[in-house]
Amino acid sequence: MADEIILLDFWPSMFGMRVKVALAEKGLEYEFREEDLRNKSPLLLEMNPVHKKIPVLIHNGKPICESLIIVQYIDEVWKDKSPLLPSDPYQRAQARFWADYIDKKIFELGRKIWTTKGEDQEAAKKEFIECLKLLEGELGEKPYFGGENFGFVDVALVTFSCWFYAYETFGNFSIEAECPKLIAWTKRCMERESVSSSLADPHKVHGFVVVLRKKFGIE
Amino acid sequence: MAAISLQTETMAEEVKLFGTWASVFSRRIEVALKLKGVQFEYIEENLSNKSPALLKYNPLHKKIPVLVHNGKPVAESLVILEYIDETWKHNPILPTDPYEKAMARFWAKYMDDKLLPAAIKVAMSKGEEQKGVIEEIQKQLKTLESELKEKKFFGGESLGFVDIAANTIVWLVVAQEALGMEILTEEKFPVLHGWYQRLVDDAVFKECMPPREQHLSFVKVRFGSSTPSK
Repeated sequence: MADEIILLDFWPSMFGMRVKVALAEKGLEYEFREEDLRNKSPLLLEMNPVHKKIPVLIHNGKPICESLIIVQYIDEVWKDKSPLLPSDPYQRAQARFWADYIDKKIFELGRKIWTTKGEDQEAAKKEFIECLKLLEGELGEKPYFGGENFGFVDVALVTFSCWFYAYETFGNFSIEAECPKLIAWTKRCMERESVSSSLADPHKVHGFVVVLRKKFGIE
Repeated sequence: MAAISLQTETMAEEVKLFGTWASVFSRRIEVALKLKGVQFEYIEENLSNKSPALLKYNPLHKKIPVLVHNGKPVAESLVILEYIDETWKHNPILPTDPYEKAMARFWAKYMDDKLLPAAIKVAMSKGEEQKGVIEEIQKQLKTLESELKEKKFFGGESLGFVDIAANTIVWLVVAQEALGMEILTEEKFPVLHGWYQRLVDDAVFKECMPPREQHLSFVKVRFGSSTPSK
């Protein structure tokens, strides 16, 4: 029986993009449904009643929520192609640790950069760059966080790169100037079809943030 | 407290756990290691005077728990639990089916993303604010009850990943007693209360709980002087 895969998503979400990248890495066909977060569909509310958030992957009628949980699910079900997690338990633990670090830090700090001003913004920028530098250190000389192969941590982080232009514009700083190796890594990832076809256009993201800032009455 | 011994299965193994006696996170690791029968050395950390070893093994977060297996460190409690399950494969704590595994990960994350912050907030708040947080927690407990349904444990017939992560509820029950709050009661949550009794009666789990009187005093000292609210 053919697999039925539906992804409930919202186009600027870097979390939804992680799922898109994973599905593309595995060469999977799926139905993409764009949600209007101000008017959530009955399907979204039924499939994620606990959090009512995207992304939600619906596989043969069964929902999976939380982007990194979805990515691991995809990796485990379609395990014969493009494995995202290594097979060694220690390497897997390291990958999960770094993905968890990205989840704890990058989104909140990025959000602070475009929602605050003055001292708060400077503090957020500083911490954001420190986190990226740490990640750069973890990358080291490897082509990907996964080593020779594009992997779980790459998926977890690369989707934020299409938000960098927005962060840089509103934060008035250059991420490339501070973290050139990391930007080189994002460019390397964008050479992969799975990534370039899944990430939003940075200028569109910037436009979206402009609208959000107006809505929240920022500046 | 430290018990150094060697595994004699395939090769000599050295397993160390850095933790603190009242930490919900490091106690989870104790449960998992004991469920698997893994011998380990436990090191009690003083968080106001962290050991050089801890700082070396977890330079990024400088937090406990850290599991060190044959010299290699793993940090973050849920990451450590998965590592333990993948390394010592008997008495599995995660299901093998990918969908069931995804569900287990979802609910464990719920404990840490929702329940734990609310539990900390309720201990630190007073009066009207506290009442509001209590209501929020009770909604979360209702959600957990509907997930548990008729099962003996979240993991099914025996303790699993979610039950271990749900040790947060033990801390909540201690806090409610120490600070005079009513949150998880048998009347309001018969299903969850039944699960809670089975959890704290479980032979392995109960060995890993902080000693109750000490835990109650610890909470009173740390969070006390809140006005009790019912």
